[in-house]
Amino acid sequence: MEVKITINGQEVSRDVEPRTLLVHFIRDTPGLTGTHWGCDTSNCGACVVLMDGKPVKSCTTLAAMCTGHEIRTVESLEQNGRLDPIQMGFHEKHGLHCGFCTPGMLMTTRALLNENPNPTEAEIRTAISGAICRCTGYKNIVSAVRWAAEQEAAMTSGSSGMKQEA
Amino acid sequence: MQTPAPFEYERATSVEGAIATLQRIGPEARLIAGGHSLLPMMKLRLANPEYLIDINDLEEELSYVDERITEIRIGALTRHAELLESELLARRAPVFRDAEEVIADPVVRNRGTIGGSLCQADAAEDLSAVCAALKANVVLRGPDGERVIGMDGFYIGPFTTAVGADEMLTEVRIPLRSGAGSAHEKVERRAGDFAIAAVSAAVWIEGGVIADAGIALGALGPTTIIATRAEEALKGRPPSEELFSQAGEIAKEDCAPVPDGRGPVDYKRHLANVLTVRALRRATSRALQQEA
Repeated sequence: MEVKITINGQEVSRDVEPRTLLVHFIRDTPGLTGTHWGCDTSNCGACVVLMDGKPVKSCTTLAAMCTGHEIRTVESLEQNGRLDPIQMGFHEKHGLHCGFCTPGMLMTTRALLNENPNPTEAEIRTAISGAICRCTGYKNIVSAVRWAAEQEAAMTSGSSGMKQEA
Repeated sequence: MQTPAPFEYERATSVEGAIATLQRIGPEARLIAGGHSLLPMMKLRLANPEYLIDINDLEEELSYVDERITEIRIGALTRHAELLESELLARRAPVFRDAEEVIADPVVRNRGTIGGSLCQADAAEDLSAVCAALKANVVLRGPDGERVIGMDGFYIGPFTTAVGADEMLTEVRIPLRSGAGSAHEKVERRAGDFAIAAVSAAVWIEGGVIADAGIALGALGPTTIIATRAEEALKGRPPSEELFSQAGEIAKEDCAPVPDGRGPVDYKRHLANVLTVRALRRATSRALQQEA
């Protein structure tokens, strides 16, 4: 069957089996391998992408279900050579080590900040409760999200450009 | 790599059309909404439907939380995230928010639906206990029209419901009565996991006595268990810690847990007792606050 999905603003269409999972469609058709394929059971959160702006687990979504919908992957975060503040936060605060969970973490927390620009630590921990990191112990991930939230607040409050932490 | 076995796929454009397809294909057809229970089961070959009917486009018909005079009506396609955020449910049936805060994780809650949760009929699934304790009714629509059945007749066995092969659960109806309070208690091994044990309780207090009560036990038997004897023990009596303890003891006796990776039987029975008491305590305090 023909599946036609808008991925990061580009319409992608391909004839696939109905059983094709969204995670494989994303990785195999436009070749966007930033979305990681982890536990395959909707537990680990490495495969999270945004569907119409909301985070979903792409290993437990059929590609066919996404025809007519808009998907955003981790590759969409960087714009014009500039990292998204959430990516900068993970960089600044060492929010990753091996990097396997990172695409899902970035998309999950990007969605959090879109909905709630100033989350508390508890809200961040709840938001990432469906995403497993085996390296960081989560502390640095929480710090990274807070860092990004503060950067974005500074940006919207009218200060010119991004402030880099010393 | 886990991939479901091959199947045919169709996207429904109306409830009527979906039911017509169910009737045409027969029992090998299955409805899919969030897919977060069905797809994992298909990957493991525990479910092998030959035909999937995707109902995600039917939000206009099937996604709502509406207050009527005597009941709240919830469309089958209403997602967990929407149930969690519903101020109406939080006010009139707070057991929903209690449960939704601990069902899976926020990302899964963006997809999973109330209809799918109930029809999955997993004894450890929280909303089944919630709806059973609230004495909800469900609307089943088939080729010949609708029928309404109570949650007490909904579960036939493990992963088996009263929904016919050519029927669709379209709506959940939560009766609204005065003096109501409700609460959900769950113990899980880690965030987002299925319950080791869970208890939903609802009480309806009139003139200082418990006029009616609902207690449903999750993950404590082959299906969601309605603790009828414990409910009866509460009726007509003023709420008290002693009374809740009696109900807890009955729930401990009347549950039917099996030992598994989540714990041994005696531990699960202990939880049935403790969680029943805690759920009744919170449900009652909420009922009395509303009365005041």
